[in-house]
Amino acid sequence: MLTLKSVHTFYGNIHALKGVSLHVNQGEIVTLIGANGAGKTTVLKTISGLTPAKRGSVAFEGRDITRMAAEEIVRSGISHVPEGRKVFGTLSLRDNIEMGGFIRGNKREVRADMLHFREKFPILADRWHQMAGTLSGGEQQVLAITRALMARPKLLILDEPSMGLAPLLVMETFKIIKTLREEGTTILLIEQNARAALHIADRGYVLETGKIVLQGKCQMLLEHEEVKRAYLGKGYREVWED
Amino acid sequence: MEKISLTGQLIQYIFTGITVGSIYAMVALGFNIIYNVTEIINFAQGEFVMLGGLIMVFFSAFLKLPLPLAFLLTVAVVTGVGALMERFTINPLKNATVLTMIIVTIAVSILLKGIAMFVWGKDPYIIPPFSGSEPIVILGAAIQTQTLWVLLMTAVVVVLLSLFFKKTRYGKAMLACADDPDAARLVGIKVNTMVLISFALSAAIGAVAGAIITPISLMEYDRGALLGLKGFGASVLGGLGSFYGAVVAGILLGIIESLCAGLISSGYKDAVALLLLLLVLYVRPSGLFGNVEAGKIKEF
Repeated sequence: MLTLKSVHTFYGNIHALKGVSLHVNQGEIVTLIGANGAGKTTVLKTISGLTPAKRGSVAFEGRDITRMAAEEIVRSGISHVPEGRKVFGTLSLRDNIEMGGFIRGNKREVRADMLHFREKFPILADRWHQMAGTLSGGEQQVLAITRALMARPKLLILDEPSMGLAPLLVMETFKIIKTLREEGTTILLIEQNARAALHIADRGYVLETGKIVLQGKCQMLLEHEEVKRAYLGKGYREVWED
Repeated sequence: MEKISLTGQLIQYIFTGITVGSIYAMVALGFNIIYNVTEIINFAQGEFVMLGGLIMVFFSAFLKLPLPLAFLLTVAVVTGVGALMERFTINPLKNATVLTMIIVTIAVSILLKGIAMFVWGKDPYIIPPFSGSEPIVILGAAIQTQTLWVLLMTAVVVVLLSLFFKKTRYGKAMLACADDPDAARLVGIKVNTMVLISFALSAAIGAVAGAIITPISLMEYDRGALLGLKGFGASVLGGLGSFYGAVVAGILLGIIESLCAGLISSGYKDAVALLLLLLVLYVRPSGLFGNVEAGKIKEF
């Protein structure tokens, strides 16, 4: 469905991605784990067109989208929930959700979907006309995901949905992700919380300083010694110095 | 001759102030629309008002078109000028800093002023009031009918603008761009198009202001700069980006200016706006209604 072939992305002079290749199949949840600054967010921004690749290619459903503008890529079926949620703070929840459906022509369907989400997520319904900037982190996350879903994406890419959330809300967010998959949405997920991500996903990639260093089924990654040590906090050897 | 009472005089000044202030308010609204979407302070905003006035003169006094038609054509032409300005000077600047673009708007304002001098010459022009030149007397003050037109049109502009931003898809999309351009792109909003609309819309509002003020205060090629400055003062006083603030501050500025001209000396009239501007920047840079937090985040 989505294929990245040796993608190189730069921020000014900083070489952030050094030949990243990965793919996501229809119906999968794929996760990308890695330390801070490894380039996880850049991978997502390269896919959604916010920081296009300098070299290499990004293809979605057989179409080359490497040089496509972000506002066109969402029209081809990829919705990106950005890092830090980025809800429209001065707009009401309702308007945020409406803007999520900006690219859709059929107004009646958009309105029907808005009502659908309003019923599905009661925390949104309670604050329907409130400014989105006044919401808590968890509420903003649900709003950001809802906004992205309003575009009816075939592929949803999520950047650290659990960042800064209370443990209970983290579980809530992961529950939402699970239901989305059951409803047929394909998902590419970035997480700091590698354990949770590897438990929910089918396959995973490990990114280190702009390169994929490991990939495979999540079960395999969960048992991999390096992954355990570096990302799951297991198997630290204590070092004594005399 | 009957002596005008002090209250009559005061009311007179206040009405004059509200009239001029409405124009400042509209200029400030223009500043705010563009600022909200792009963070650019468009220093050509005053030239839109000047063009609105002079093009209105052309259509209604020179071509003798009926008033409503002349008015609509004026707004249409100036809107076009605003759109062209964005397409040819702002849009081609990829990756330019906000400051660069602000300087570009100064260049455009000089250019527009030059063109206006070329076309209309240096003399001021006037057109007759929209309806009847007989003033109405309220509480001992003589109010020109055009004043009522100014108030009416300002109200119409404010109502239409708030409907546009609160109710329409494109209005909300523009606000979304202002909140977070990247997030706006991710939901498929073309930020370029929104910037274009913001310039066109600001130009249209400027044109309305210019067309309705010309019967009262005349219009000439070099009026734009000062009007722009006063409007900018109102915009900062109200809090950059705040529509409500722009209207209140514009009218407030107009009233203070008019009272100062009437009670102290008309020579100091123009200094009032500048003094207020300096004072606000010094004491409360976020303006009367501006968001202090947002003011800290924004670049200017």
